[in-house]
Amino acid sequence: MTVRRRYLAPGRIGLYVLLGTAAVAFLLPLYVMLVTSLKPMEEIRQGHLFAWPAALTLGPWHAAWRSACTGVDCAGIRAGFWNSVRIALPSTVLAILLGAWNGYTLAFWRPRGGKLLFGILTFGAFIPVQVMMLPLVRLLAQAHLVGSLAGIVLVHVVFGMPLMTLLFRQYYLALPPELFAAARIDGGHFLRIFAQLMLPMSVPMIVVAAIVQVTGVWNDYILGLVFAGRDNLPMTVQLNNLINTTTGTRAYNVNMAATMVTSLVPLAIYFVSGRWFVRGIAAGAVKG
Amino acid sequence: MASVSLRHVAMSLGGQRIIDDLTLEVAPGEFLVLLGPSGCGKSTLLHGIAGLLQLSGGSIEIDRADMTQVDPAERNIGMVFQSYALYPTMSVERNLSFGLRMRGTRRDEIEARVLRVARQLQLEGLLQRKPAALSGGQRQRVAIGRALVRDARVYLLDEPLSNLDAGLRATLRRELKLLHQRLRATMIYVTHDQIEALTLATRIAVMQGGRIQQVGTPTEVYGQPANRFVAGFLGSPGMNFIGGVIGLERDGPRFAARGIDLGLAGYRFRAMAPAAGEAVVLGVRPEHVHLDDGGGLSGQVTVVEPMGNQLLVWLDALGTTLAALIEGARTVRTGETVRVGLDLEHVSVFDARTGERL
Repeated sequence: MTVRRRYLAPGRIGLYVLLGTAAVAFLLPLYVMLVTSLKPMEEIRQGHLFAWPAALTLGPWHAAWRSACTGVDCAGIRAGFWNSVRIALPSTVLAILLGAWNGYTLAFWRPRGGKLLFGILTFGAFIPVQVMMLPLVRLLAQAHLVGSLAGIVLVHVVFGMPLMTLLFRQYYLALPPELFAAARIDGGHFLRIFAQLMLPMSVPMIVVAAIVQVTGVWNDYILGLVFAGRDNLPMTVQLNNLINTTTGTRAYNVNMAATMVTSLVPLAIYFVSGRWFVRGIAAGAVKG
Repeated sequence: MASVSLRHVAMSLGGQRIIDDLTLEVAPGEFLVLLGPSGCGKSTLLHGIAGLLQLSGGSIEIDRADMTQVDPAERNIGMVFQSYALYPTMSVERNLSFGLRMRGTRRDEIEARVLRVARQLQLEGLLQRKPAALSGGQRQRVAIGRALVRDARVYLLDEPLSNLDAGLRATLRRELKLLHQRLRATMIYVTHDQIEALTLATRIAVMQGGRIQQVGTPTEVYGQPANRFVAGFLGSPGMNFIGGVIGLERDGPRFAARGIDLGLAGYRFRAMAPAAGEAVVLGVRPEHVHLDDGGGLSGQVTVVEPMGNQLLVWLDALGTTLAALIEGARTVRTGETVRVGLDLEHVSVFDARTGERL
């Protein structure tokens, strides 16, 4: 019996058309952003939105980074970039460590009241941040943490806790419980089992958690605006200031370049970390 | 080498009583096998001895010291798990040394012990490998090595061979026996595999429903089962059961059923011989049913299973199905009617109501 290959079944064509349309719909704005950021202002004023730049220039990127005005000072958004890095790094590391710690305790040691605690924590994930804003400001003000780096990091860590805990708890629950039993018999106590056995085994989940947390913190606007203080404003806030500056002409190319720079970090993280998703670190722990 | 005493142990899991009032003494250097079907509580009991599960009643002593409330790390036990539970991120060497490092053993001491165990278990060439790069048998050796390296007082083994294929299982079984002969260490071994139990144990504790049904040497447990459960669980196939009544004659008690009448004069009853007319069940192992043209029993062959050096013959006789294990070259055809005899010196008699051995 011969199998006739049908190169272009109607279903296939439909599928490709759908996928192609979706891809264009998502990529077109990006394309417009990119070409606009590479054009001088004269070209933009001509209004050919989709045209490839006739006089390609990196000037807008340079301006966005170094000299664009965000409010009163005109030093570009690089200060915001470094602020965002200073916020995102500790917020991610601390949130992951605490989330893993919580997950480990809840999954293996099962303290009394752990289930209730976990329930409350998960419930917290469904409450919109805005609802808690005012009480949180009052609370942090009493601890003199409003408008400081420590304050904004604390806020991010606290709001990241439900998801971080959930991720790690589920991950640890899926590990063979005998691993934990073996470590206990081998003489490991609470901290050493966590640090020497569980944490090294959590690399795949740490990567996932890092992506979630970095992206969330990096893209945050409202928390940074409220809690970070003038000196620590994250990039998103500065980007907004830059774009909303009303003096002079609107420099679309600079705005586009600044927006692209702002979104580069989450984008880069997705590209770099993709392969970790498929890596099974725990392979071979049990019967293979 | 240490003794283990379990006194009136009770255990619950998730609110359900798994073990109720269990008492067991394990002598120093003994290889005790906890044998039973899945769900009988044998693994739960082992985890209780290890301290991984809390007792809800009773006490555990290791080496005459009360361990009931002691942390697993402080009980000085080594444990081998069914799934091996090797630490996946560590090399074989680090897996073996983990427990010693946790206890702050000196580094040269650790090195010496790891090398000694690696040599014992033929793991020398594998020390730098990760568990994922090992075969099933090698992983099991590492798991055993991890328990041995600590020189524990008691070794607990939880179905260590059940994830291996048949050939490897037989090899490792022999190695385990050799290991025990060499170390003379106290070992408590959980399995549902009667072959493992019979070959390895110095004593077997047969469990069912959270209770110990019988404790004894493999020969005792197999030859003089304490009740119908033990008789049916051990042996492959299990013991044949024939219902009947006791009759008393001048030459002693007899067993009478439809069509047969057997003298039990040679049978050693546990207590007094039962009264005449009492309902009993006669138990005969398949290897004690033999073809005998002068035998007192006739039956029709329903199935013949050749087993290489033996034939397993299933007969319809006395209104029930009997298994007979026939040695030698004799051929038996399905549908044939044969006469069989029973080895009366190897039978067991059980109370028909309680199932207990009489």
